[in-house]
Amino acid sequence: MERIQPQRTDGLAAPYFAGCREGELRLQHCPSCGHWQFYPRPFCTACGADAPAWEAASGHGTVASFSVVRRGLSPAYEAPYTIALVDLAEGPRMMSVIIGCEPEAVKVGAPVTVCFEQWSEDLSLPVFRLDENGGVK
Amino acid sequence: MSLRAATALVGAFDTAVGVVPGVTPTELCAEAIRGAVADAGLALGDVDGLITCNAMAQPILYHAEAMAEYLQLFPKLCLTLPTGGGTTVTALAHAAAAILAGEVDTVVLAMADSLRSGLTRDQAMRMQSSTGHPDFEQPYGPTVPAYYALIAQAHMARYGTRPEHFARIAVDTRAHAARNATAQKRDPITVDDVLASRPIADPLRLLDCSLVSDGGSAVVLTRADRARDLARPPVYCLGFGEGHSHEHISQARDLTASAARESGAAAFAMAGLGPADLAFAQLYDCFTPTVLVELEDLGFCEKGEGGTYLASEGTGPGARLPVNTHGGMLSHCHPGNPGAMFALTEAVRQLRGECGERQVAGAEAGLVHAQGGIMSSHATLVLGREV
Repeated sequence: MERIQPQRTDGLAAPYFAGCREGELRLQHCPSCGHWQFYPRPFCTACGADAPAWEAASGHGTVASFSVVRRGLSPAYEAPYTIALVDLAEGPRMMSVIIGCEPEAVKVGAPVTVCFEQWSEDLSLPVFRLDENGGVK
Repeated sequence: MSLRAATALVGAFDTAVGVVPGVTPTELCAEAIRGAVADAGLALGDVDGLITCNAMAQPILYHAEAMAEYLQLFPKLCLTLPTGGGTTVTALAHAAAAILAGEVDTVVLAMADSLRSGLTRDQAMRMQSSTGHPDFEQPYGPTVPAYYALIAQAHMARYGTRPEHFARIAVDTRAHAARNATAQKRDPITVDDVLASRPIADPLRLLDCSLVSDGGSAVVLTRADRARDLARPPVYCLGFGEGHSHEHISQARDLTASAARESGAAAFAMAGLGPADLAFAQLYDCFTPTVLVELEDLGFCEKGEGGTYLASEGTGPGARLPVNTHGGMLSHCHPGNPGAMFALTEAVRQLRGECGERQVAGAEAGLVHAQGGIMSSHATLVLGREV
């Protein structure tokens, strides 16, 4: 059984998925009002301007909430895995998973940084790791 | 022109619930419609409006039309509403508006599904998880319990709420179900039982999660002046309110405060009543944390104090505010979208005084709250015996 693939990786969201393939988290950034938004839309949800630009985000964020899934969605999703809502430094919130740590290490407010998980030649998805030492480098 | 007391619920009927094999959702829905109309002392020909919700185990493109045809009804208003678990109260609000506008006189709201017998467990899980964003949420594998766990975890981090607070809701709801012969789960449980049950999506455990059931239910809504001459004591719709804040949990306006604030405030304002005036509340309990958030957002306790409220007051039989007196979706039944219908029919029966062992003494007014999506669309209804 396969994991659930994003349905639309072309069109409006193409720059996002291209960025993921190239190891860069890209978000829409409104040239008129400076608002960052995710998920992509053909207009700015803050000021209504058309065609927000795509820009690289810092890739840094904090955990807004999380849940360690103990009963996976299907055999393609092997439990436990940690679903999280990440507040990106630029403002938008996105769903992802936290990888590379014991599930118990994840806390609300923990700083995280994006990395990319390659699913196929054409598809990579952003996932997050806890910053080492709680973000203190 | 206000909806306050313009309409009344005059008929209510639940089919068998729990594990009901060998019967299709269409058959359950038809049984519920016929039962509710008969309960009202009306004939099918008196029904000029029909509102339904589609069934996951038997999707039909034009569901309400198909049900009307099945019963040979020829209504003036025929709508299939898909606002998930919130459909029950949302549909009634719009039915009441159509009645007040003179468009129709008598509307049946009916919903049924067979999540338990008509779908495999994996099919049911995937169907429900499809509420996630197809491109930006679902690929990560969130389950429905995980979506609600995100709300629970955020509430715990912000307000110090603990898993045993959530567990108390499961325990008290089961205590109600123990008094209801139709409930799917009736054996009493303890907080320790909940905390020792199988982990599903932290902090939620199996007994924090609602059931997966078959079942159908229907109600009849008509003009208040017509209601007085029918078979049963009318239960008046005193206040309606709605609030909508997002579809996907990653886009929620606020993880710990819901649009139940708006829907509750609007319903109380229309009814001219407040939280202290109610004998019971039937709240949407797909998972235990939803009840806690709704208690806060509907004003039964202060924001952030749901945990301490539950620890001190509880929601069981004899509590200051009994919640889900039929046993809720946690213990009575949860066939998916129809889940809140059973909260509604229970509220009708409580206000008619028909609930026997579990009757809330002297119940004059009560509340039904339903929500759909992942705490996305909220609808509140205040009901009363008197106008």
